[in-house]
Amino acid sequence: MSQMSPDITPAADNRPHAIRAYAPEVLRDALRKMHLIRRFEEGAEDSYMRGLIHGTMHLSIGQEASAVASCLDLGPSDKITSTHRGHGHCIAKGADVGRMFAEFFGKETGYCRGRGGSMHIADIATGNLGANGIVGGGLPIAVGAALTAKRLGRPDVTVCFFGDGANNEGAFHEALNMAAIWRLPVVFVCENNQYGMSTSVARSTAVPRISDRAAAYSMPGVTVDGNDFSAVAEAVGTAVARARAGEGPSLVENLTYRWRGHSKSDRNRYRTKDEIEGWMARDPIARFERELIAHGILTEAEAEGIAAQAVAEVEAGIAFAKDSPAPDVTDVTRYVYAGAA
Amino acid sequence: MNAVAEVDAGSRVLSYAEAIREAMALAMEADPTVILMGEDIGVYGGAFQVTGDLIDRFGPDRVMDTPISELGGAGVAVGAALTGLKPIFEFQFSDFATLAMEQIVNQAAKLRYMLGGEASVPVVFRMPAGSGTGAAAQHSQSLEAWFAHVPGLKVIQPSTPADAKGMLLAALADPDPVLMFEHKLLYKMRGEVPPGHYTVPIGKAEVVRTGRDITIVAGAIMRHRAVEAAERLAADGIEVEVIDPRSLRPLDRDTILGSVRKTGRLVVVHEGVKSFGVGAEISAMVAESDAFDFLDAPIVRLGGAEAPIPYNPDLERAAVPQTDGIEAAVRAVMARAV
Ligand SMILES: Cc1ncc(C[n+]2csc(CCOP(=O)(O)OP(=O)(O)O)c2C)c(N)n1
Ligand SMILES: [Mg+2]
Repeated sequence: MSQMSPDITPAADNRPHAIRAYAPEVLRDALRKMHLIRRFEEGAEDSYMRGLIHGTMHLSIGQEASAVASCLDLGPSDKITSTHRGHGHCIAKGADVGRMFAEFFGKETGYCRGRGGSMHIADIATGNLGANGIVGGGLPIAVGAALTAKRLGRPDVTVCFFGDGANNEGAFHEALNMAAIWRLPVVFVCENNQYGMSTSVARSTAVPRISDRAAAYSMPGVTVDGNDFSAVAEAVGTAVARARAGEGPSLVENLTYRWRGHSKSDRNRYRTKDEIEGWMARDPIARFERELIAHGILTEAEAEGIAAQAVAEVEAGIAFAKDSPAPDVTDVTRYVYAGAA
Repeated sequence: MNAVAEVDAGSRVLSYAEAIREAMALAMEADPTVILMGEDIGVYGGAFQVTGDLIDRFGPDRVMDTPISELGGAGVAVGAALTGLKPIFEFQFSDFATLAMEQIVNQAAKLRYMLGGEASVPVVFRMPAGSGTGAAAQHSQSLEAWFAHVPGLKVIQPSTPADAKGMLLAALADPDPVLMFEHKLLYKMRGEVPPGHYTVPIGKAEVVRTGRDITIVAGAIMRHRAVEAAERLAADGIEVEVIDPRSLRPLDRDTILGSVRKTGRLVVVHEGVKSFGVGAEISAMVAESDAFDFLDAPIVRLGGAEAPIPYNPDLERAAVPQTDGIEAAVRAVMARAV
């Protein structure tokens, strides 16, 4: 579903892929979503500190390019499966931040009516089949969604997000194998942020690149700079097109980094301040914004406008969540089964 | 971290988490075959800071961070136990043991029997369990009854720091696989813990409070809620006997039946889902025994709602028994005409 800009001149054009391949309004909207994710995460963190949100949460600050660029070629009927670090995926696929905050605040107006919280955020209407509290839990589900598309003759593609840590679950290996033997329209997007909780990829994983594992399942595997919007858009876009054409699954590894701790209880004892600051200097949002301005897609003033709009949207979302009603405690067993309460 | 008393300085106040850590450290000092395995138990110290600084004391070869591979990790622990090591395997949340059911249920539980008594699997699985932390449906379950259903496994559920230490040391000395359920709300609870090596036997309940009117059987966090309810009821002259089973498989039949014969009334409380749960087993045990003849009122069970654990904090509280509910249940049983 990529919208080709009409005036591309392939031969002499060495602008980044995304600039060449997508219409300016698509790129501006992508930047808007990246800002919205960043502000959303900050708003969630702040609300947590104020005691408005309980439990725990996993923030994706620093990983915005991966979430948004991976969803760029997806339409409303395409699906994603997400992870515990799933707020960005949810927004990238088109969710409303007000209903997301309402979920985190445990309100009846939330996407899961206050039953799921951050770790189970989903938006079935926009094709987000849900975050997951189980590492690797979404991988076979994505394959199932792809099976549905194939059986029912639908053009839908499923993008399956998972972390580097998930690649050592049996579910990862079983899912990739089945996707390959049945040539299913699924794209496995590994967001390699270097750690599964405290355990680095080097300590947990026998191959240097997670994309190397694609070879074992006879599918293309590629590793890209996950903080480079255009690189992710190109790699995942190619894989989505391949899936849509009936040529089967692919594995894309986006190298990125989470700026915050694993969850709200992380003391960051397994990584250095230097490392964290080094990655913060490679901010995917600032980079994409600079790129758009350099290529005349956006003016400085427009960039500021997009950033301000994200702030306003998050504020409005938090206000909506605060004002929303809580579920009735007598409904505790409602929604366990279809039908009656 | 707390200083571990090396000398007999009498009991100290430790948290439940510290007591478990002390037990692991003592066992590792005494026996080089004891190793720890689990996700983020090294420099991170474990999701609930139970292993804490043990990595500094025993090194990464004995405090092993596994990849996020529950089935494989649990299976490696089973294989190591089968061949001469004594692994303590920490599930980051007991919910994730569902990914390792194969190795726990088909392998660990049955190897001794299938091999005609020729094999032994002395592994300990540590199982952080329960709700109350806002972690929602996949991180808050109480699945102990699932495992108690399996012959070949032992299932323990200590509810105080002293019991946690003594029962973990008993589990390590046990030649069979033991699952120790640790309610997450207990980790920070503090209590007197004797120094040095001691064991609290598996299969022995504790009479936490004696009383003549009614028996409450309640383990883990529910033991503490039951005691609180009992104290309130005592103010109205209702004398409650509170029994903490501590061990679900084997279950201390004699202590529970003896108490029911004395009081003639029984309320069983647990956090796991009520239907097909531990309370069903205990109630049936009473109904099948001569203690049945001593009952003055029907048995009442309180358990988790027939639903996953919800995220919203009010719903979450409503989904499992609370002190008020226990108190009300006792009053209702007491109000029945004899
Ligand atoms: C089956 C399972 N095992 C362990 C956990 C606990 N846990 C939650 S997130 C996480 C780390 C996941 O790492 P990764 O897949 O790299 O995702 P990231 O957090 O880095 O985004 C762990 C160990 C879990 N939720 N589910
Ligand atoms: Mg990771």
